[in-house]
Amino acid sequence: MITALALTGLTLVRGERVLFRNLDLTAAAGEAVALTGANGAGKTSLLRAVAGFIRPEAGTVAFLDADGDAIDPPEARAHGLHLLGHLDGLKTARTARDELMFQSQWLGHSHKGIAEAIEGLGLAPLLDLEVRKLSAGQRRRLALARLIGSPRSLWLLDEPLSPLDARWRAVVGEMMARHLHGGGLIMAAVHDPLPIPTRALDLGAGR
Amino acid sequence: MSPLRTALTVLFRRELSLAWGGGGGPLLACGFFACLTVLVPLAAGGDPAGLKPVASAIGWVALALASMLSLERLFERDLDDGALDLLATGPLPLEAVFAVKAVSQWLATGLPLALTAPVAALTLGLSPDLLPLTALAAAIGGLGFAFTGALGAALALGARRGGLLIAIVVLPLFIPPVVFGAGALERAANGMDPIPALALLTAYALFALSLGPFAGAAAIRNAQS
Amino acid sequence: MFGLANPERFMRFTRPVTPGLWALAAVLLAVGTWLSFTAPEDYQQGDTVRIMFVHVPAATLGLMAYAALGISSFFALVFRHPLADAAARAAAVPGAAFTALALVTGSLWGKPMWGAWWAWGDARLMSVLILFLFYLGYIALRASIDDEARAGRAAAVLGLVGLINLPIVKFSVDWWNTLHQPASLLRMGGPSLSEVFLIPLLTMMAAYAALFGALWLTAIRTEITRRRVLTLRARAAMEA
Repeated sequence: MITALALTGLTLVRGERVLFRNLDLTAAAGEAVALTGANGAGKTSLLRAVAGFIRPEAGTVAFLDADGDAIDPPEARAHGLHLLGHLDGLKTARTARDELMFQSQWLGHSHKGIAEAIEGLGLAPLLDLEVRKLSAGQRRRLALARLIGSPRSLWLLDEPLSPLDARWRAVVGEMMARHLHGGGLIMAAVHDPLPIPTRALDLGAGR
Repeated sequence: MSPLRTALTVLFRRELSLAWGGGGGPLLACGFFACLTVLVPLAAGGDPAGLKPVASAIGWVALALASMLSLERLFERDLDDGALDLLATGPLPLEAVFAVKAVSQWLATGLPLALTAPVAALTLGLSPDLLPLTALAAAIGGLGFAFTGALGAALALGARRGGLLIAIVVLPLFIPPVVFGAGALERAANGMDPIPALALLTAYALFALSLGPFAGAAAIRNAQS
Repeated sequence: MFGLANPERFMRFTRPVTPGLWALAAVLLAVGTWLSFTAPEDYQQGDTVRIMFVHVPAATLGLMAYAALGISSFFALVFRHPLADAAARAAAVPGAAFTALALVTGSLWGKPMWGAWWAWGDARLMSVLILFLFYLGYIALRASIDDEARAGRAAAVLGLVGLINLPIVKFSVDWWNTLHQPASLLRMGGPSLSEVFLIPLLTMMAAYAALFGALWLTAIRTEITRRRVLTLRARAAMEA
């Protein structure tokens, strides 16, 4: 259970470009951080660095548990976080139900969580359809279901609300608020403000 | 079931169904294999006696080529739709994910080919009492092809001309099973003991099975960075 | 040795060394070639034995170059050192060329000896061919991935995997019955060649080694310079 995220002196380089240098950030349970900045500023790269896909040029990413001890990063990444990127990670040839069940079981599910996800995100009428038949908004809701279906402390989200309309944005906003209330953490890259209170971190002008 | 066991089972089932279905599963590989084994005798002018000495060689080359067919899709699709990120943040290490994909590749392509191989062997003029050996050797060789092929697919992930690149990278890795496998059939056809060649084939498959996942996981991590 | 790992220091150290190696290679090649042609004819093979003086050094260097590639790849992957990556890349084309030379000269030598241009079942020939194909795969992989850092790492993984070829090539003539001659240099009990052949052979080996060294260092230096140019350009573009 990740209760805090600590970035210390983080420097990320992509190709020849230095995205940012010496970034310090701490996020504790119940906090949400909104990453803002122009395209190419490094929001996605920062999320991916926390998720362990990109190795920072300098600095560290640390995950802390309730006692304040460091959690082994591979362990934290395998069990403690969700990364939801631009892409939904859904297989187009499979049905929504297959994908939902796979994602939840893969990440460690609770039956209650899955039922909640289906109800909360209005997925029941979509379950028997193949993913390719779903609209962008529907796919995004299906992809978001894993956040509820498999409880994990840290949510790393890359523009989570973009294909959703106002009604669903409000619903997801409530989901996020409940997550924070329950001691979770959120770090999200956004262009528009999130419907929950956040600390903003601006990554600058980018390219 | 522990969450790890669940994750493993669920991933395996999904990979197997993805490899088997979705156009390009066993039918494509077996069809391609059948085409090759029909084309060669036709090209050779239909003299059955002339084919006998090279029958096992032709069969194994066709097997190797057919095993290459669906390699490009093995990881590329997951990279393109974002599923690879999901697989990397799961409870299983990436090495295990690689192994599951390679085994699914074997079950969906290698084993069906191993079942088709005896039929092809017959058309190429191999004697009928060699058929069980043909299927066995093709199955073991197929495991080697699956793991080394998956390694090639992982290395070429994100590159241009993926299919061609995989073929170039995978070529030296496919040569030993072709040599050992064709050798086993040759020796058996000439009345000698095929066991030493089969042993080498098995050793190669086991080697690919143990080394492949580590190299493959490193290659996947590289492609995701 | 790790002191050289700093690109600045490496460039400074190799500035005098590289031309020296070229000169050494030229001298040794001249001497070795002269010795090769003045060595007596073999009582069995006649004049064709002289191919040995090209074939054996080429094959040896093909293997050594791959060892350099593999070890550099290891350092590139584990320590992420840019110099290691440059070193691995620099060894690929010379190594491939030496291996190809070994295969071609071996074939030319084999024809009068065994009556065939190639023996498909031969373990040593096959394992050297596989080594050559690994070189090609390495070069192709590097060339096909656009992101240079990613290309380097993917190629490094392949390079490491290919290291398994080296013991197989070396011991192939011992483990399998092959047409190819068993080891006459690096074996228990010392070399089995007589002095008249051993001296030209060793000279040519040294010549090829010096040549590889010169080629390799030159290629690494070129790579370092190229990267510097790219960095400077990128910096200029950002400031503009």
